[in-house]
Amino acid sequence: MTRMVNKKRRQFLIGSTCTLAAVGGVGIATPFIAAWQPSRQSRAAGAPLRVDISKLEPGQQMTVEWQGQPVWVVRRSAQSVSELSDLTSYLVDPFSQQAQQPSYAQNLYRSLKPEISVLVGVCTHLGCSPIYHPEHSAQDLDGGWRGGFICPCHGSKFDLAGRAYKHFPAQSNLVVPPYYYKSETLLEIGIDGEVNG
Amino acid sequence: MALLGKFITWLDDRLPIKSFYKKHFTDYYLPKNLNIMYVFGVLALLLLVNQLFSGIWLAMSYQPSPEKAFASIQYIMRDVPYGWLIRYLHTTGASALFIVLYLHILRGLLYGSYKKPRELVWLFGMTLYFVIMIEGFLGYLLPWGQMSYWGAQVITSIFGSIPVIGPGLQEWVRGDYYVSAATLQRFYALHVIAFPLLLLALLFLHLSTLRHVGSNNPAGIDIKKYRDHNGVPLDGVAFHPYFVTKDLVAIGVFMLLFCCVVFFYPTMEGYFLEPTNLQPANRLQTPEHISAVWYFTPFYAMLRAVTFSLFGFEAKFLGALVMMLAVLMPFFLPWLDRSAVTSIRYKGRLSKLFMVLFCLSFVVLGVVGSLPASLASTRLAQVCCVFYFAYFLLMPWYSRYEVTRPVPERI
Repeated sequence: MTRMVNKKRRQFLIGSTCTLAAVGGVGIATPFIAAWQPSRQSRAAGAPLRVDISKLEPGQQMTVEWQGQPVWVVRRSAQSVSELSDLTSYLVDPFSQQAQQPSYAQNLYRSLKPEISVLVGVCTHLGCSPIYHPEHSAQDLDGGWRGGFICPCHGSKFDLAGRAYKHFPAQSNLVVPPYYYKSETLLEIGIDGEVNG
Repeated sequence: MALLGKFITWLDDRLPIKSFYKKHFTDYYLPKNLNIMYVFGVLALLLLVNQLFSGIWLAMSYQPSPEKAFASIQYIMRDVPYGWLIRYLHTTGASALFIVLYLHILRGLLYGSYKKPRELVWLFGMTLYFVIMIEGFLGYLLPWGQMSYWGAQVITSIFGSIPVIGPGLQEWVRGDYYVSAATLQRFYALHVIAFPLLLLALLFLHLSTLRHVGSNNPAGIDIKKYRDHNGVPLDGVAFHPYFVTKDLVAIGVFMLLFCCVVFFYPTMEGYFLEPTNLQPANRLQTPEHISAVWYFTPFYAMLRAVTFSLFGFEAKFLGALVMMLAVLMPFFLPWLDRSAVTSIRYKGRLSKLFMVLFCLSFVVLGVVGSLPASLASTRLAQVCCVFYFAYFLLMPWYSRYEVTRPVPERI
């Protein structure tokens, strides 16, 4: 009695078992991989935030927390505002071509009102929080420094509109969050606004 | 005594301890010319055991939550009996492990320990080093100080720099939109369970492959070619008792130095334990001066060295790529080295020159990486990066065409 090996059937059985095992493998890996994504709790924590800026003096910076990130509100002096247009040749993206801001902030000041700047205080290089250096003496940069933000981690530099300087690690401007003026002195950050957006 | 002998025989019938002891201790022969560079393997093993035990004890009092983590470290330092000692053993052990590993790897580079037939020993060893780096990074977040927090913020942001999939990947790694409780808890789980298990498995493979092919030596000469009538290598010396005693002396000297640091200089002037990390994590403010912990500074300097975009890729992605490649480069050494000889002793002038430049650039990168970034330091780091990579990438040519010295037949 000879036993015939049906090779085709054997191959089919091996092939189909392996395929099913692979499908099963992907299936069992899914919950383990998906469990690493942000939880529903963290997803829900992104509500808009109201900020009273009536006490903000010219040149002063305030930091608030929105979605777990620092958000800065800076009241720029008239001189600082007028100097923003001098810096074009020193910056990576002086006219805010990259989508790092809502469309209503795509202007020279990167803000709704020229004097009030609202920026997410997270370096676009590797996520540290840059430090506010409004003084002209903080840097030289061949005469291109008019005050701004310097990242302590890797030395990236931004001007007072959050625009990145050339030749430093961060190569895109700081993010402008969505915001609008609820009244003259009350900002709402995290939402584009009701009518004036 | 007779009872003990009986018990051992009973045991040996069921678990081959006698033949194991013979094979790996009394009848295992090592080259007779091993020098001081050959003690760092056993010291690394000792430190891993130290990390394991001090780590288990730390885990008994540590609480992995943003609210409690920082305070629980202070609790360990002040309230747990000998908690300070257990923590200093762990923190000093981490730094000591990297010192020992860098010397251990240097030994491998000098004497060509990665060459045939030890390619797998080298690959498992480099993977171990990589896993230990990740383990160190994961553990560094746990005290939840300012340096912990911003270090994790920077390294997880590296994932975000990958084109297309980056931002999603960064969120996935953090489990949130920023480094948060979810990140801390998963880092803890990985640090105390997943990576130690992986590490043990790799350690087993590193040691088994080493014991299978045998140790290299400073002359790079194979001792198995010349054997006496019993098959014992003529230039070999038994592991036990000769090398075991030598290792014990090395362990004694090392422990003396190690304990001096643990008891008298546990912070090592801010290099082993950074003073900024004594402030609790504040996610709204990055500390004024931030730098990586010393054993990562060479790679951190490379990350910072890339300040230009190229081929449509952003500078930060290229920086991360350079850093990653710098870690991966040594893996390819067995196939990059085309030299006819194994040890640096018989290699030509070019090999020695590139070796010196490589070592110097690594040290300079380490120093530059621990200083605040400036234009001058960035330039220096860029030059050092070139030397670092030249050592590997030019090796197929300089190792092949240089004039080598004749290698003796026996040690």
